[in-house]
Amino acid sequence: MAINKKSKVSTEIPTASMPDIVFMLLLFFMVTTVFRTSTGLDITLPQAKRIVKLEAKKNVVSLWANVEGDISIDDQLTPVKEIARVMYKKIVENPLIIVSMKIDQGADMGLVTDIQQQLREVNALRVNYTARYGD
Amino acid sequence: MLLEKKREREVAIPTSSMADIAFLLLTFFLVTTSLDLDKGLQLPLPPKGTQQEISKDKIATLFVNAAGDILYDDEEIAVNNIKDRLKVRLAQNPDLIVSIKTDRATKYQVFMSVLDQVQLAEATKISIAEPDE
Repeated sequence: MAINKKSKVSTEIPTASMPDIVFMLLLFFMVTTVFRTSTGLDITLPQAKRIVKLEAKKNVVSLWANVEGDISIDDQLTPVKEIARVMYKKIVENPLIIVSMKIDQGADMGLVTDIQQQLREVNALRVNYTARYGD
Repeated sequence: MLLEKKREREVAIPTSSMADIAFLLLTFFLVTTSLDLDKGLQLPLPPKGTQQEISKDKIATLFVNAAGDILYDDEEIAVNNIKDRLKVRLAQNPDLIVSIKTDRATKYQVFMSVLDQVQLAEATKISIAEPDE
């Protein structure tokens, strides 16, 4: 039997649809990704010039305080007197924590002082006062 | 002149490299995106129980009242002048202790501006005094 002459067939896989697949994948992720909604309280940060970047995000505990005097530590509303207790638990787990104080610019220093005293009680001394760059 | 018969040629732009361009763009953004870390003024708190009396020449005091007026060593001063005045004193005594005392009703922004000026003056020993009850 004569061997059939092999016809030359191009064996290229058509790649014309690859961008479509990529965009489909992208769209899928765009639709299913849920961004973390703005955590913490609604505040207007004060302005300062000598601001430094916080290092090591894993050591940072966010403390929010708004004008009304509500305080939230890591998205958990805390009364002023309880700050020491909450911070004690955190500092026992990680002695290197830095407290990022996100306090509204219109808050009274009385509130700030109370927070500072609570932090001093439990030796959470590494504090950073968050601010926007400005005059 | 005889018009040459125009041959119909298919003009298809090769789209095979579109995926490469998409990936390059993606890679660019992956590499250049940086997460926004908080920025702020750094000032460690003093440990509990540390209260010391310091002699007057080693300390510069800044008092801020509820209205936001600032007294620098008992002399009224505007916020923006603090840096320059402190720089002069710091040149004489780099170990100068700068003490900031606010009223309980002072606005936080005023405190931040004062602290900012003190840090801009490159003071190394900053102390926050407890407001009077």
